[in-house]
Amino acid sequence: MDKVRALIVDDSSVMRKIVERSLRQAGIDLVEVREASNGAEALGALKDSPVDLILCDINMPVMDGLEFVRQLQGVENAKGVPVVMITTEGSESHVVQALSCGARGYIRKPFTAEQVKEHVIPVLDNHK
Amino acid sequence: MKSPNELVAHSDREAWLPLLELASREVFEIMLGCKLETAAAVDEAVPSEFTAMVGLAGQLCGVLTMRCSAQSAALMTSRMLGIDPKQTDDHVWDAIGEVCNMIAGNFKNKLSGMGSGCMLSVPTVITGGDYTFHSLADDGSLEVRLLFEGAPIQVALEIHS
Repeated sequence: MDKVRALIVDDSSVMRKIVERSLRQAGIDLVEVREASNGAEALGALKDSPVDLILCDINMPVMDGLEFVRQLQGVENAKGVPVVMITTEGSESHVVQALSCGARGYIRKPFTAEQVKEHVIPVLDNHK
Repeated sequence: MKSPNELVAHSDREAWLPLLELASREVFEIMLGCKLETAAAVDEAVPSEFTAMVGLAGQLCGVLTMRCSAQSAALMTSRMLGIDPKQTDDHVWDAIGEVCNMIAGNFKNKLSGMGSGCMLSVPTVITGGDYTFHSLADDGSLEVRLLFEGAPIQVALEIHS
C-alpha cells in the first residue's frame, strides 16, 4: 500500500491517538499524521498542503464534522480526498447525512482496528 | 420492540437497564480490552473522585454519568492509550470523558427508533468527590454498577421528561 498522509479530526486528543494507532494496526503506512480538534482547525490544516485521507468525528465544538465535510468541497487542496466519519452518532439518518455531505465511509464508536481496516482500506483503494 | 417514544410514554424504563449495561460492557471490551464484571454488592459506595457527564437532548433528555476512583480513571486511560498508569495525568480527563461519551452514544444507538432524535453534548469531567449532584431530571433514573479491574464504577442515566 502507498504511503498515506492522514488528517485526524476529533476534539479528544486521546481519541486522535487511538484512531492513529488503529490506522497503523490496519496496515496503513502512515507517512504523516496531522491532527485538528474541530472542523475549523482542520480546514486551516489543509491550506498549506494536501492529505490522502481524513478521519473525522461529528460532535465537536466550533465546527462539527458534517459542516467540515460540507466546507471541504471548496478547499482546493482537499478536492476528492476521502473522508471517513468516526463518531458515536450511529443512527441511520446521521449516516445518510454524512454520506450526502460527501463522506465516503462511516465508523461507529466504539470501534476495533479490524473495523477501521474494513472501512478505510476500500476507501483508499477507490481513491487511487 | 417498542419505540423509545412508547417506552417513555409507558415509563417502561426497566427495559433500558440491560441496554445501558451492555453499552458499558461493549465500550470497555472494545476500546480498553477488558471485561467488566458484575458487582456483587450493589449497595457498596462507588468512589466519585472522577465524574464524567454527557448530556442528551431531544427525544430522550437527560444526563449520563460515569463515576469512578482516581486509580480507575488512570487505569482506564492507561488501557486506552497503552501507556503506564503513572503517565496518564495529562490525558485522564479526556479519556474518561470519551469513555462516557461512547457509552452514551452506544446506549442511544441501541434504542430502536431513537435515531437522530437525540443529540449528545460534548463530555464534561469533574474531579474530586466533595460535591452534590443536583440533577434536573424529573422522570427517574437508571443505574448500573460494575467492576473494572476489581474496582467499582457506576454508570447512571438521569432522565428528564
